[in-house]
Amino acid sequence: MSLQETYFVVLAGLSLLLATATAFGTWLVRRTREAAKLAWIGQMNTRIRRAWSIVLLFAIAFTLGGGALLVLFAIASFFALREFVALTPIRASDHAALVVAFYVVIPVQYLLIAADWYAMYAVFIPVYVFLVLPVVMALGRDTEHYLMRIAKVQWGLMICVYCVSHAPAIVTLELGGFEGRGAMLLLYFLVVLQASDLFAVIASALIGRTPLKSNPNKSREGVLAGGAAAVLLGTALFRMTPFAWWQATLMALAIVVAGFMGGLVLTSVERSLGARIWTDDGVLLTRGTLQRLDALTFAAPVFFHLTLYFFAP
Amino acid sequence: MNLPIKFLPPLVWLVRVLVGAYPRWIGSVPSANQRIYFANHSSHMDTLVLWAALPDALRANTRPVAARDYWGAGGIRQRIAQQELNVVMIDRTREDPDADPLEPLQEALDLGFSLILFPEGTRQPQPLPGPFKSGLYRLAKAFPQVELIPVYLENLHRSMPKGALLPVPIICTVSFGAALRLAPGEEKEAFLERARDAVAALAEMEAVVA
Repeated sequence: MSLQETYFVVLAGLSLLLATATAFGTWLVRRTREAAKLAWIGQMNTRIRRAWSIVLLFAIAFTLGGGALLVLFAIASFFALREFVALTPIRASDHAALVVAFYVVIPVQYLLIAADWYAMYAVFIPVYVFLVLPVVMALGRDTEHYLMRIAKVQWGLMICVYCVSHAPAIVTLELGGFEGRGAMLLLYFLVVLQASDLFAVIASALIGRTPLKSNPNKSREGVLAGGAAAVLLGTALFRMTPFAWWQATLMALAIVVAGFMGGLVLTSVERSLGARIWTDDGVLLTRGTLQRLDALTFAAPVFFHLTLYFFAP
Repeated sequence: MNLPIKFLPPLVWLVRVLVGAYPRWIGSVPSANQRIYFANHSSHMDTLVLWAALPDALRANTRPVAARDYWGAGGIRQRIAQQELNVVMIDRTREDPDADPLEPLQEALDLGFSLILFPEGTRQPQPLPGPFKSGLYRLAKAFPQVELIPVYLENLHRSMPKGALLPVPIICTVSFGAALRLAPGEEKEAFLERARDAVAALAEMEAVVA
């Protein structure tokens, strides 16, 4: 099978799977009357809908190429950073630092990825921006809460720009015997990540006992079972990757664990800012770019670097 | 003008993309309980921003109160007001001195709707709210079961230096505070002052939290 055909088959298969899941979810909603059941079916359906965005991303990467994908993720970074800045208190004297963050750091980071200049985009934000932004802010001469203010902007940039940008960077990885199939590896990453979330919700509804503090819609048992199922799925899909089956198991495990940590950390951040909220009947409101990207922010750089470290020639 | 509004992206989506309208639930959580959200008013966008910050499920049952002389003046504004926001029109000009301007609000509350209200009556140039008009007090008295939620609308642009070379993206945040109730025997002035302070306190929190 040529590369084109493989892509087409994978895309068609995934669409079919999701269409079935969507139809099944809709059918469940129609025949269910109990409020508690409806709540978790709603949770599941939200995630199935979100999984469609993976098909869309993949279709874009496949038809328009990596450039279009980078533009999409740059926009996602912009909205995530805007949301992060909106939720943290900002002073007038932060203006210059924010201008640099929005109009310089985001485009430069993605341009560096487009130029495939790994040695630079791996250190641009953690080293150069980290050193330059405090200077920009110090020139503003406002020293009140100085360290806290600069720490927040840097943290926001790391999560919203640096971490997010490593997802489209997966496409650019040049791996021995796997040339030109980066989009497939990105798809593998996104499918495993999304599956662990979806399976955790389903398993929590079926066998859940101890609700998680960070998310009452998931239970400890459900997260473990769902994570295990996602690792199995990741193993089964090893032909999409340059990994042997047991390597795929470990990689999927890394994605699932890092994704869970990302959700945990960003939930804590958003909760401390009053931005992640549950209605009085315990339904999490899905709102905001940060919330949708939380698992990805941690999993993308981890998956990227593990792959690069162990599989690049 | 007959614009095909139905073919445009949903209004709420547009507002969220352009100005953010990020909600922060500080003292209360989203709930289907009947509520009056009352907020500071300093921009024409305020009604849209508060409305867009509400969760989808609640928005359908929440109606903004809007001045007839601004939102009812025809054109696209009136179309948005009627077709998207489902506003309750209030008569600010009081052409008929005998009519009670609060009557349409009471009707909406009787029907079980929640309301979005700007008790200052008109836009204020300063970030902190000005004195409140008495309508909020009269509604609180007539509908004691309705939760009164103070809301502070913050536009990041206002706190940025004027005339800067590059503006940062426009970002509106919407802080929801703890519900207020009219205390037994509470005087009108005292209650309105307390309500205003509740909104002002959210503004302080926005500025101080570090």
